[in-house]
Amino acid sequence: MTEPTTGRDAPILEVSDLNVTFRGGIKAVRGVSYRLNRGEILGIVGESGSGKSVTSLAVMGLLPEGTEISGSVRLHGKELIGAREEELTRLRGKSVSMIFQDPLSAFTPVYTIGDQIAEAVRIHQKVGKDQAARRAVELLDLVGIPRPDLRAKAFPHEFSGGMRQRAMIAMAIANDPDVLICDEPTTALDVTIQAQVLEVLKTAQRETGAGIVMITHDLGVVAGLADRVLVMYAGKPVETGTVEEIYYRPRQPYTMGLLASIPRMDRPTERLIPIEGNPPSPAALPPGCPFAPRCPLKVEACDDAEPELERIGTGGRMSACIRSHEIDLKGLDGATVYPVPEAPAQREERRPRAERETVLKVDDLVRHYPLMKGAVFKRQVGTVHAVDGISFDIAQGETLALVGESGCGKTTTLQQIMQLQAPQGGTVVVLGKDSAKLGKAERKELRRDLQIVFQDPMAALDPRMPVGDILAEPLRAHGYKDAKAVRARVAELLTLVGLAPEHAERYPQHFSGGQRQRIGIARALALEPKLIVLDEPVSALDVSIQAGVINLLEDLKARLGLSYLFVAHDLSVVRHLADRVAVMYLGKIAEIGAVDEVYGAPAHPYTRALLSAIPLPDPELERSRTRILLEGDLPSPADPPSGCRFRTRCPKRALLGEAEARKCDEVEPTVERLAPAGDHGAACHYPESTEAVAAPGV
Amino acid sequence: MRSKVTLARLARNPQARYGLLALVLLLALAYIGPFLGPYDWTDKDFMAFLSPPSADHWWGTTQIGQDVYAVTLRGMQKSIVIGFLVALVSTGLAALVGAAAGYFGGWVDKALMWGADLLLVLPSFLIIAIISPRLKGGSWLWFVLLLALFSWMITSRVVRSMTLSLREREFVLAARYMGIPGWKIILRHIVPNLSSLLIIDATINVSGAIIGEAALSFFGFGIQPPDVSLGTLIAAGSSKVTGYPWLFLFPAGLLVLLVLSVNLIGDGLRDALDPGSTK
Repeated sequence: MTEPTTGRDAPILEVSDLNVTFRGGIKAVRGVSYRLNRGEILGIVGESGSGKSVTSLAVMGLLPEGTEISGSVRLHGKELIGAREEELTRLRGKSVSMIFQDPLSAFTPVYTIGDQIAEAVRIHQKVGKDQAARRAVELLDLVGIPRPDLRAKAFPHEFSGGMRQRAMIAMAIANDPDVLICDEPTTALDVTIQAQVLEVLKTAQRETGAGIVMITHDLGVVAGLADRVLVMYAGKPVETGTVEEIYYRPRQPYTMGLLASIPRMDRPTERLIPIEGNPPSPAALPPGCPFAPRCPLKVEACDDAEPELERIGTGGRMSACIRSHEIDLKGLDGATVYPVPEAPAQREERRPRAERETVLKVDDLVRHYPLMKGAVFKRQVGTVHAVDGISFDIAQGETLALVGESGCGKTTTLQQIMQLQAPQGGTVVVLGKDSAKLGKAERKELRRDLQIVFQDPMAALDPRMPVGDILAEPLRAHGYKDAKAVRARVAELLTLVGLAPEHAERYPQHFSGGQRQRIGIARALALEPKLIVLDEPVSALDVSIQAGVINLLEDLKARLGLSYLFVAHDLSVVRHLADRVAVMYLGKIAEIGAVDEVYGAPAHPYTRALLSAIPLPDPELERSRTRILLEGDLPSPADPPSGCRFRTRCPKRALLGEAEARKCDEVEPTVERLAPAGDHGAACHYPESTEAVAAPGV
Repeated sequence: MRSKVTLARLARNPQARYGLLALVLLLALAYIGPFLGPYDWTDKDFMAFLSPPSADHWWGTTQIGQDVYAVTLRGMQKSIVIGFLVALVSTGLAALVGAAAGYFGGWVDKALMWGADLLLVLPSFLIIAIISPRLKGGSWLWFVLLLALFSWMITSRVVRSMTLSLREREFVLAARYMGIPGWKIILRHIVPNLSSLLIIDATINVSGAIIGEAALSFFGFGIQPPDVSLGTLIAAGSSKVTGYPWLFLFPAGLLVLLVLSVNLIGDGLRDALDPGSTK
């Protein structure tokens, strides 16, 4: 493995025993080795803090000064560690290119996209200015940017997120690199845009024949793209093998747990299996195997020494666990090894929906923002149609999920509900009370029953307050005067969400993301509300932690009889948690109905595209699926298309006759119930009635 | 945890260490020193007018026979009290006004910031100079209020802009959706989260206030006799600086040391509280 090999099969990039230690003795990467062959895609998977990004920065030589790097990184057999800076500069962008997560900060805002790509060409190739500019246009065309000759003259801020990421790919492949390192290239993008960008990435790889190192936490993305996978935990590789081996026959307990904890669209009813505990901090690693404290297969010998990667079976299969061979022999998998948390018993037999109380009713809600221009004399130049007439209701004990891509108006809807003020148009009725007709005291009283859990557990808790005070705040605001009663209730709440009462004295920064989200949930529960608004409650968490929080939400709902309004963009999580789902597009509801009906037989072309864009963590399914790729980006909500808002990107419209298509341009569809019996409606003139392509096996 | 990190960084910073040490020594001098000296600040030694420093009168005497050591320390006490009080009042005012303007927005914001702008364009020195002699009969605390009134505006603008971003943070939204009134949110969630800025600002205001007090007192607009402060002492001594330097050098030297030590601490705090600094 350490010997540089030559000849045709020689790896283009070979990393062996790479160690990175930051100032202060924090060991971020400990002994990573991998080799990348020409045309191969290697997925590096791990949760936040596992050292996957640091590994690639070390390969690029981009770590800050004062960082200790040891080991070897060979590009075509040439050592990069300890190479001079000028030499590395010559290689960066030519032989090795990198695609970053945030495409906005990767471009200089003051130069046009075309100029920046041309610059990348001219640094490494001796070509004239005109030729470089022509090459830039070619590259933009290759990554699928419409009208590349015009768009090359645009500035980065005039591009949408997806377009910028495409331009970033164009820049990265400008000099035909041998290695392309992608660091979470689609994490910041919506699913339909992610599907587009992944296609572009595949095209780019075909064109250049480069090897790709794909760093991501999304096991679905890796399943469809990668040939081989390297799983990292606590700065160390714990398992490596081909994508099929890793997904179908994981032999390391962490990988097994990770795969078992993902909510899957094709298996919605199964209980999620969380991995208990949190990843260790790189400053305080446990003795022995770093995963041992969370491992269900732990034996005493695990604490003795950290296991090294060992070969299992034949081929390039490696796993770092002393019990890997045993797992291999017995054929264990995550679902059998990890304790499956018990599903909560339903408190009472569910009455039919129509007989239950309606806790929230939103009717024709409108929220427009004026678009102002001018510094001294402001004048209105347009209107942003953030929410443009949406209606839905939630019955007691029900979870309604509001899904859609960024900019579709989910968050605005939620704010309108939470503010409990009269909306611009339409009505919001919470527990039978119209928000427009509330007095001050009534509004405060109603807030008891309507609580919210925020997306980012870091920002949602005041860093200057101990957890006990954070939980006591709503209690004190709503009339708990007795200090003893408050303390007792705080302890009760902490236990309810799976934390210990003595945690009340600590500050939020002492907790991990998942624990903080539990604190946020406890705060929302403090006043025994009837309806909780969940604003992307798990999207900021790692998968192994996410499963625990989703289970907690399910349990609480069953035990306390709560209703949820759940806002999310992750459709797999929605499938798992929700009873009904409303799909939003550009401030309108495109489709609404019971989860099984919407996921099983999506009627609106947008829902179909959305569902088909979600990557499944299953290599075979993922590769055999046909995707509905949407063209272009979300239109600006300041200038929505006439008629059906989705018509500009609709794949179905291309198949319609001219007269039929005209109806899409002229008449705006309203949500129509599809079948008199079912709970399913779609806002489309020509709804689909065939079986879904999106979720095979449902 | 955060405060521990800050303290550790502060202790590592040599400037702050020396500043803190110097300030503690100066405070000890001001408040313990008078008990050690042989004379009280009101005593007059009619046997020694304008005598140079000696074993009996450590820092010499004035032309009416006051012991310079005792009088200077008395003046320093006053200067220190005024400095800290002004800093406290002005930073507190800045925090409340800035946070209220930023949090409530709308006409509250407009009115408060208009007031701040108005105070900014007024010539503060002149106004204090005009008003303070009229308060002759009143307490020196009025003077503290006047000084504070003209030193909070810039900080309050900074506080306002920081509040604008804090206001959108989720923990503030959470409190609002809990039904907690605005002024409580300001006191409980916004001001504590600006504490690092406010601590630095208060420290720097101390030295500003001491200098401001000294400058006004020098021209006779500040502390009125028979009370003394470093400013009045410097004013009295400045005319005789060539012949009787001890009258001027001791108060002036102490003023420089005091302001310098407070500034060193302020700089050290800024470094310690700023996560981006590499010190």
